[in-house]
Amino acid sequence: MSPTDSHAPDSHSPALLTVRGLQKSFGDNHVLGSIDVTLHAGQVMALIGPSGSGKTTLLRCLNGLEIADGGTVDVAGELRVDFGAPVAKKNLSALRDQSAMVFQHYNLFPHKTVLENVIEGPVVVHKRSRADATADALALLDRVGLTEKKDAYPFELSGGQQQRVGIVRALALKPRLLLFDEPTSALDPELVGDVLSLIKELAREGWSMIIATHELEFAREVAGEVAFVDGGVIVERGDPEQVLRHPRQERTRRFLHRLLFPF
Amino acid sequence: MDPSGWDLFLSSLGPLAGGAIAGTIPLALVSFALGLVLALVIALMRLSKVRVVSGIARVYISIVRGTPLLVQLFVIFYGLPSIGVVIAPWPSAIVAFSINVGGYAAEVIRAAILSVPKGQWEAAWMIGMSRRRALTRIVLPQAARVSVPPLSNTFISLVKDTSLASLILVAELFRQAQEVAAFSQEFMLLYLEAALIYWVICLVLSSGQSVLEKRLDRYVAH
Repeated sequence: MSPTDSHAPDSHSPALLTVRGLQKSFGDNHVLGSIDVTLHAGQVMALIGPSGSGKTTLLRCLNGLEIADGGTVDVAGELRVDFGAPVAKKNLSALRDQSAMVFQHYNLFPHKTVLENVIEGPVVVHKRSRADATADALALLDRVGLTEKKDAYPFELSGGQQQRVGIVRALALKPRLLLFDEPTSALDPELVGDVLSLIKELAREGWSMIIATHELEFAREVAGEVAFVDGGVIVERGDPEQVLRHPRQERTRRFLHRLLFPF
Repeated sequence: MDPSGWDLFLSSLGPLAGGAIAGTIPLALVSFALGLVLALVIALMRLSKVRVVSGIARVYISIVRGTPLLVQLFVIFYGLPSIGVVIAPWPSAIVAFSINVGGYAAEVIRAAILSVPKGQWEAAWMIGMSRRRALTRIVLPQAARVSVPPLSNTFISLVKDTSLASLILVAELFRQAQEVAAFSQEFMLLYLEAALIYWVICLVLSSGQSVLEKRLDRYVAH
């Protein structure tokens, strides 16, 4: 289950993910200014920041759902995508294969059962045998406590259950990197806990993850690094304790204050 | 109804049902099947980002919907021979009806594809699917559910429109009714009998629609 053998970042081997100067605009709207990210294998990075700050766009660019306008993304010294020039389809899909995304609104396939949702990628895209993929999928469903829901359709599940299926669907792709786009923002408050504790478990197992979230306490516990994103740039980054408890930047302080004292 | 009227009704049931079974029903089925394939192509063209491609689809739909089916049928059967293209009655009818269904159903299919949330495409791409595979495995099955009621309407209209093929000598239900009526001079009886058979066919189709909707509804919350 564990995706990496060594959990400690090795300063001699290249980072799992190196993002330099990533930019993205929609028309005149500069959603990403110039983003740098370095993530070592087994590391967890939390992105916090107001809605519309660019967290989601950053994740979508890493998964190739948006094509950045500039900058480079390197993966483990094996794959390098330069967005300064038109990106070949082959490169984009190679980049996409490195990561799997968990969506805010789950985006499960409503016409497929839970099990079918999970094995769709492995069987149809990765061409694994159905029996093989099913065995893996059932093991993953078992660990998130959804074995008995394997033949249910998404509409029959609670939001929390759907999001756990969303996570299992991502894990079944065996990606190097998991991307979480506000995975609990659409959930009822009482269902948030299950999903967050599952993500914490995955972090302990050594999965490399980037998580956009509004759950500050969760970010503090799960992440090795927290980055505060505002206006399409990383305003402040560092140790979770430092960024969340003793922010250096005024913008970070104001954001945290608003989140902690909304009234 | 007087006894001789009843006898005529019963004795003409054979030829009329024969016209339905050998003419109306296969004509509708074949034209609808071909028309749907054409409609899918036109709908995808219409959704294309390439202006010329979507423009061609737009013009096609506009012409099909903006001209009477009877005129389309006459152009193909009576018009084309004057430029040296002679098509027999049956193929003429199938070509005309398929082209017609292609235009109407294309708009239905296009709307159905657009009704599938963008997140479904993105989830399909996320798991590594190509555009084509995302379309066939994820988007079209969901679009199918949405398009069953409007496509059923198209099909039911088509069944009734096949009566126009009687005007290009296709021996379908209505033409059989006309022939028996001309021979017996019982116009009211024969045309009502033809109407009754059309109605029965459409009743069967409507119940087929319900069955199909129920089947496709199994993954939708009620």
